[in-house]
Amino acid sequence: MLEFKDSAAEAVAGVEDGSTVMIGGFGNAGQPFELIDALLQSGASDLTVVNNNAGQADEGLALLIKEGRVRKMICSFPRQSDSWHFDAKYRAAEIELELVPQGNLAERIRAAGAGIGGFFTPTGYGTMLAEGKETRLLDGKWQVFETPIHADVALIKALKADGKGNLVYRKTARNFGPIMAAAAKHTIVQVSEVVPIGGLDPENVVTPGIYVNTIVKVG
Amino acid sequence: MSELSTSSVSSGGTPRSARQGGAPQTSDAPMGRDDLARLVARDVAPGSFVNLGIGQPTLVSNYLTDEQDITLHTENGMLGMGPAAVGDEVDPDLINAGKIPVTELPGASYFHHADSFAIMRGGHLDVCVLGAFQVSATGDLANWHTGAPDAIPAVGGAMDLATGAKDVYVMMTLLTKDGKSKLVPSCSYPLTGVGCVTRVYTDKAVFLITGDGVRVRETFGVTFEELEQLMDVPLLAG
Repeated sequence: MLEFKDSAAEAVAGVEDGSTVMIGGFGNAGQPFELIDALLQSGASDLTVVNNNAGQADEGLALLIKEGRVRKMICSFPRQSDSWHFDAKYRAAEIELELVPQGNLAERIRAAGAGIGGFFTPTGYGTMLAEGKETRLLDGKWQVFETPIHADVALIKALKADGKGNLVYRKTARNFGPIMAAAAKHTIVQVSEVVPIGGLDPENVVTPGIYVNTIVKVG
Repeated sequence: MSELSTSSVSSGGTPRSARQGGAPQTSDAPMGRDDLARLVARDVAPGSFVNLGIGQPTLVSNYLTDEQDITLHTENGMLGMGPAAVGDEVDPDLINAGKIPVTELPGASYFHHADSFAIMRGGHLDVCVLGAFQVSATGDLANWHTGAPDAIPAVGGAMDLATGAKDVYVMMTLLTKDGKSKLVPSCSYPLTGVGCVTRVYTDKAVFLITGDGVRVRETFGVTFEELEQLMDVPLLAG
């Protein structure tokens, strides 16, 4: 059942302690800052967070990490010039890290949404990130078995939603939005604009509303 | 061309006719970063789809010509990436893989992350250009992690790029600060990909990684024999 909420706080009110939460965005593009701030305010803790990065500077995901709400990060690129909150928690052994090559991260998320139980990929073969994983020689290439990443909740940002929950994004802010929307049991979307049913060209819908549960307009 | 002719890189658009066979070309000075970027740019075939890694490889985009009609891919989800955005062009929703604001060119397209990496993994990119800590004589690449115990690992799309593109070009200085060759018999740093690198562009030479071994295409400021002295990898001339 699709719900439209009046505030980001209401939108994330159902996120429980211990949840696996996918958070869209690549850097700041597509990062749902208002939903993340609301999640921080909600007090939800013991979270496993799936994001490409592990927070930047003193906002968004970085603050969730700083406040000790994140038990584990699943990401491809945690270390950045301004990832000081993650760096501190990691060095203090107060946060767990599952490091995943970026394309494997994306495909594992996609696989979860698509009902795929796992897949073989050449990415990472022969590296320390494939240690202990099953490998096979397929199509002349050594490939590594990877499993899907499911989530309880996805927090994503889109440009517009219509009354059916169909979404369109903007430029490179699309990034993880469509695949996270499909991979989570409950997908919460912040948008800049809600248009009536019929207000989006069906040919141009990027995420069909079937993947969307909660929408909040922000800004 | 005489063995000591100056590389055409510094003399404009002269076709590099002496690349195939014979003694490697030489020039009398090492390559600067920009000259090397210009050389890589000139080597990219017209009409190619190309991904440029963060750092030195990004310089290559400064030297691609309109006539080459190259389409740049950025792994955060775009084909048809234009130059860095300046002033009013800056749009927080339009960034490259280095999170730098960029522009879009006519004919650009956007797609989600799984599609973007399918473009790589599926073998649709013609060339990617990456930096490296080390490359082995058989084309193994090490460019994501020093392996230092206190280092926080971060891999991003490096492994996907190394594995997926049809050709993987590396740009790096040949020697470390301690004077050791970074083109090595086997990598001591953690690997990014196995047997994936096809060419190595350095300040002292361009190397082709072939089934026969490491071939020196041209040298800059050193002779073939001097190059051999700098490295533990057997080299093939021309």
